[in-house]
Amino acid sequence: MKTALRWLNRGLFYLLVAFVVVYSVFPFYWAVISSFKPSSGLFSPDPSFLPIPFTLEQYRNVFVGTAFGRNLLNSLLVAGGATLLSLVLGVLAAYALGRLRFPPKNAVLYLVLSMTMFPQIAVLGGFFVLLRQTGLFNTHLGLILSYLLFTLPFTVWVLVGYFRGLPRELEEAAYVDGATPLQTLLRVMLPLTGPGLVTTGLLAFIAAWNEFLFALTFTVSDAVRTVPPAIAFFGGATPFEIPWGSIMAASVVVTVPLVILVLVFQQRIVAGLTAGAVKG
Amino acid sequence: MLTQRQVRLAWLLVLPTLLVVVFVAGYPLAQVFYWSFYKADIALVEPPEFVGFENYLFLLRDPDFREALWNTIKFTVFSVSIETVLGLVIALIIHSNFKGRGLVRTAILIPWAIPTVVSAKMWQWMLNDVYGVINILGVKLGILSQKVAFLARPELMLPAIIAVDVWKTTPFMALLLLAGLQLIPNELYEAASIDGASRWQQFWTITLPLLTPALVVALVFRTLDALRVFDVIYVMTGVNPATRTLAVYNRQNLIDFQDLGYGSAISVAILVVIFVFVILYMRSIGREALK
Repeated sequence: MKTALRWLNRGLFYLLVAFVVVYSVFPFYWAVISSFKPSSGLFSPDPSFLPIPFTLEQYRNVFVGTAFGRNLLNSLLVAGGATLLSLVLGVLAAYALGRLRFPPKNAVLYLVLSMTMFPQIAVLGGFFVLLRQTGLFNTHLGLILSYLLFTLPFTVWVLVGYFRGLPRELEEAAYVDGATPLQTLLRVMLPLTGPGLVTTGLLAFIAAWNEFLFALTFTVSDAVRTVPPAIAFFGGATPFEIPWGSIMAASVVVTVPLVILVLVFQQRIVAGLTAGAVKG
Repeated sequence: MLTQRQVRLAWLLVLPTLLVVVFVAGYPLAQVFYWSFYKADIALVEPPEFVGFENYLFLLRDPDFREALWNTIKFTVFSVSIETVLGLVIALIIHSNFKGRGLVRTAILIPWAIPTVVSAKMWQWMLNDVYGVINILGVKLGILSQKVAFLARPELMLPAIIAVDVWKTTPFMALLLLAGLQLIPNELYEAASIDGASRWQQFWTITLPLLTPALVVALVFRTLDALRVFDVIYVMTGVNPATRTLAVYNRQNLIDFQDLGYGSAISVAILVVIFVFVILYMRSIGREALK
């Protein structure tokens, strides 16, 4: 009786596990197989759960005769630019905030922390006017600068934690050897924060790559527009026909690299996410 | 001597970041406050006109604003509470020892990695009224008596969107709670087992109380996120009044209606809502838990 109950328990547990896995993965799986189906297989009352019949037609439609390739490049430029800029500025600020002593340190830290909670929508109007006045509206640079609103505070916050965790002896040894604080940062501390930089950079990149509201509002032409708004407005041949196959293909193209990155770096990402959030 | 130099260096290192903060947050925010007292179009073609509190008075009487506020609250309460419960269940599953634990953790990272716009599109396709897999499976398995236009019926739109948000964001909740669970020392459970406490008793007397700090942090994070929700709603149902949240209504006024003055007043109102929420949280459970 008791073993039977235990088996039942075990079985129910694994059933729950299976449900969680299917629930998490199925929508993405469905998008992937939808992107490999011809329209006839897509718009069917009895759709196949495997990509049969198989076609690459949807992917051709996404890239041939559309601005999608350009959008992808824009996303790379904007997300890459915002990440690099955040890392450079973030390392400098985080080193000062994590290792040096100066009077308003806590005030600066709180300022940065309060920015991480800032709703993007609250500055949308002001930013719009600012970008128009400075001629940065509908430019990559304008979009990159606007993304610093959320990538920079996050980067600073997480990197401060990394810098604080480094042993003091290293720094002192460098000072004894006659290194200036800046040399200490660049030669001694920075190499040690390598893993932290990779994680932080990756998280900042993902946030910028996925950003929608600013991209939607601060760009008007395909030459600058990034992928999220492009996907949101993916049009069909006629206004009445929604090209679900192409939309799914485009979705897979922008998501697969992210999913691979996340899976490869999963340990670090989980650590980075929880460090940033739990400490925040 | 060193300290003097240190202070100067520290300022030099922090300065670029402070400049960015002023440029991307401080100045635009000041502008939003400023314009909320003006009647102005966002392209600033017409000369702006000072109107005092007129935008705010209009906001207090605006039924659309009230509806957007109500939608935001409904979205926040339902999505955050469902995500918390589901996230806790998933965190407890991953925390327990079993074969394939790594697989589950990998699986739940997938929804988190997918851009919100993409997940909204994926679910829009799955919720399609004729060819959507949810309708087709639902009818086949006898869960649905007939196909349902989830994203066309006003009373179903918000629940459908909440379902998408729950799918996308529960992993984040689960990871935060998992981090909290891993901080609870195992000896406590061992001692409780020896004292004859059941699993259920252990959960209520050990797990839940010790998880409270992590739970509060996760709740604050998710609630702040949910209060400013935009992407998933804008992509799935656009500016439909049945689902229009504060952020969606705000952008509609600012950009679609070009109304810089009223749009700015709504932005200020959103900040106030978020501020009130933060204060409330800090006052009740937050102070203790965040110590």
